[in-house]
Amino acid sequence: MAEVAGRAGAKSRPEFRNIHVFQLSSYRLPLAGIVSILHRISGALMFLVGIPFILYLFEQSLTSEISFENYRAIVSGWFAKLVLLALIWAYLHHFCAGIRYLVMDVHLALDKEQARGTALSVLVVSLALTFVVGLKLFGVF
Amino acid sequence: MTTKRIVVGAHYGLKDWLAQRITALVLAAYTLILLVTLLATPTLDYGSWAAIFGSGWMKVCTVLALISLSWHAWIGVRDIYMDYIKPTGVRLLLQVLTILALVGYACWAVIILWRV
Repeated sequence: MAEVAGRAGAKSRPEFRNIHVFQLSSYRLPLAGIVSILHRISGALMFLVGIPFILYLFEQSLTSEISFENYRAIVSGWFAKLVLLALIWAYLHHFCAGIRYLVMDVHLALDKEQARGTALSVLVVSLALTFVVGLKLFGVF
Repeated sequence: MTTKRIVVGAHYGLKDWLAQRITALVLAAYTLILLVTLLATPTLDYGSWAAIFGSGWMKVCTVLALISLSWHAWIGVRDIYMDYIKPTGVRLLLQVLTILALVGYACWAVIILWRV
């Protein structure tokens, strides 16, 4: 929230409003805030791209042996792999951040330092797992 | 307590909040089931992959996960619309399209599953 100067003459009480989109780059979001907005972005990504794309792959992989080969051909392309990697990140981030929220729902790790720590853990764990799965996806091991 | 309820708003109360969490737990459980099943499958080819989803209990688990996913996605996407889309008509249109998409996806998934 950005602070807006009160009306001239009136008692200057701080007024808090939602920030404008142009203030986004200059706004220093705390770690928990970064986890939160990424939770939303990853969710939207999985809804818009993830569900239809994964269902299409699911259909190709299950319908017949011929379509299974077709599925393998699709997922061996570099662009499809990039899309899959983005979706894998989205799932892992959403999963880890979701567990953090469930933990907070039962009133654990609610103070400032602990909340910052769990937010950092979510980012580290989800990115590390995405990295490992990415290596596997691009055939490094 | 507000008396003017917004048609394209939330469902005012604990229900959606709780549903979001319970569906999340179902999806997390399904993720683990799928992960363990895949790890227990030594060679993954068409035969073993189709056999996983050919079993009755896996079909039931998958359908339960699908219902949870649709419900979970609906609450989440609606919350995004409520935050960023202010005109009632546009929001209603997006909400209707979202419900149609999610129900359509769920039907498609059931069709895929029952062909195996």
